[in-house]
Amino acid sequence: MDRLVTDLAVLVLAGFVGYTVISKVPNTLHTPLMSGTNAIHGIVVLGGLLLMSQSNGILEKVLLVIAVAFGTINVIGGFLVTDRMLGMFKAKDPPKAADVDAKDES
Amino acid sequence: MLGTVFLQSANFVDAAYILAFILLIYGMTGLTGPRTAVRGNQIAAVGMAIAVIATLLRNGEFHGSGTVWLILLGVAIGTAIGVPAARNVKMTAMPQMVALFNGVGGGAVALIAWVEFRHHFGGDWPLRSEVFELFGAIVGSISFWGSNIAFGKLQEILPGRPIKLPGQSLINLVLLLVTVASAIAIAAGTHSQALFILGILVAAAILGNMVVLPIGGADMPVVISLLNAFTGLSAAATGVALGNSVMIVAGMIVGASGTILTNLMAKAMNRSVPAIVAGGFGGAVAAPVGGAGSEGGTVRSTSAQDVAIQLSFARLVVIAPGYGMAVAQAQHAVRELERALEAKGVEVKYAIHPVAGRMPGHMNVLLAEADVPYDLLKEMDDINPEFSRTDVTLVIGANDVTNPAAKNEPGSPIYGMPILEVDKSSAVVVLKRSMASGFAGIDNPLFYDPKTSLLFGDAKASVSEITAEVQAL
Repeated sequence: MDRLVTDLAVLVLAGFVGYTVISKVPNTLHTPLMSGTNAIHGIVVLGGLLLMSQSNGILEKVLLVIAVAFGTINVIGGFLVTDRMLGMFKAKDPPKAADVDAKDES
Repeated sequence: MLGTVFLQSANFVDAAYILAFILLIYGMTGLTGPRTAVRGNQIAAVGMAIAVIATLLRNGEFHGSGTVWLILLGVAIGTAIGVPAARNVKMTAMPQMVALFNGVGGGAVALIAWVEFRHHFGGDWPLRSEVFELFGAIVGSISFWGSNIAFGKLQEILPGRPIKLPGQSLINLVLLLVTVASAIAIAAGTHSQALFILGILVAAAILGNMVVLPIGGADMPVVISLLNAFTGLSAAATGVALGNSVMIVAGMIVGASGTILTNLMAKAMNRSVPAIVAGGFGGAVAAPVGGAGSEGGTVRSTSAQDVAIQLSFARLVVIAPGYGMAVAQAQHAVRELERALEAKGVEVKYAIHPVAGRMPGHMNVLLAEADVPYDLLKEMDDINPEFSRTDVTLVIGANDVTNPAAKNEPGSPIYGMPILEVDKSSAVVVLKRSMASGFAGIDNPLFYDPKTSLLFGDAKASVSEITAEVQAL
């Protein structure tokens, strides 16, 4: 029973941490935030990995392979697309602006 | 040998999990600024990788060698689908992509719950695991199907207008009751659990479809965000059921972020989340406001040359972009115009409404793709006080977010929604394809304002034309 208490404590605290951290994200980054957190709930793939070794019968194996595939799409796709988006955000600093200009001239 | 034993010990795995969620949280804190965001996302990804590797190590002995291959098969399929999708998706299609990724996450939760139940039928499974896994099954299934419908609507496979059956709310309520009652039956230890779990998954699936179908296209981003929160919570619930700390933490972070974003978006649209979920908004409400608009008189159309002169002699020009700009692929052309004006000493700023585009922050991504520096992008609350000293506001493909009816007409369906107060600037130029109404299907009195002029045509062509004229001046 105490395991449940520990888990619930972690659950509640993580909720607060999440709320605090995410509240600070500016509007500018809300789309990457959404896709980034979206990638994070792909953590369910762990469930698929954990259950795979205990699975019996073809149905369970098929279900778990699909679950792992789904989870992988969620994780890999999510992080990649977020990375792609964030890579586009550029400031107007002198060094970066110089980069842009150099590209334009070439 | 000793090394292997250590790697598979519960303590090592727990330590790795703690490291993993530290990295996940630390990575998320990086997202608070554009400068640190790329690294933040990468740190979170590393955290995720550590969690996966630690889990595989814990599995250690792998009862039966088939397991490894099955896991690899799943990962290979997922990678083969996920990587090209993430690489090739257009930035305008980002909301659909997020919906799809969210859906598969929910689907994974539901499938895992199903397998868990098959394992424990008639067994001595602790009630708490059962309860949390049931929650995961229901919410995961709703999220999977709901996200797919949202994807279909945004991708325009399904019609964007609300699809509603008579007695829809009643049907939804009955479905919800069936789901919850089946869940209670399982938790109470009925003998036909196999039947009930399937019943739950199916009922929740129908519920997911039924809840999202009646919601109009304009509200879809809120729905995706809400479903994102749902999937996060269901992942956390699965974590509790499996006693897996990193799943709990990661799931809760997503749950929290999804909740915050959902509320922010609903606020930016002046709608309550329950009202959005009740559906029916968008597409069916234009009639009364349309009447009010037409009495406002005629619109004034202008030419690219006139606009170019207007802009070149301005001190401050504010560009208010909307999704229409992205549809016309005009971002790069807009960036060129901005540069041409800056070269003439005109100050240019972008006014970004929180729900410009199809999800919060979407416009920022679209403009970032066109190399617009993020310091030129001003959020609504920062730019609104500046409109009074703005000489020309250029509205490109935006409509509802500039609609003064939201402030002045209590009868308007968008009344109370915070808007970009473009009507306060000295002159407004609206680039439009036609006089069709916006995504929400509401007429816009801004177009009939005497200081507004309209430039009809494809946004990209119009902007390029203006730029050429500005450079020629």
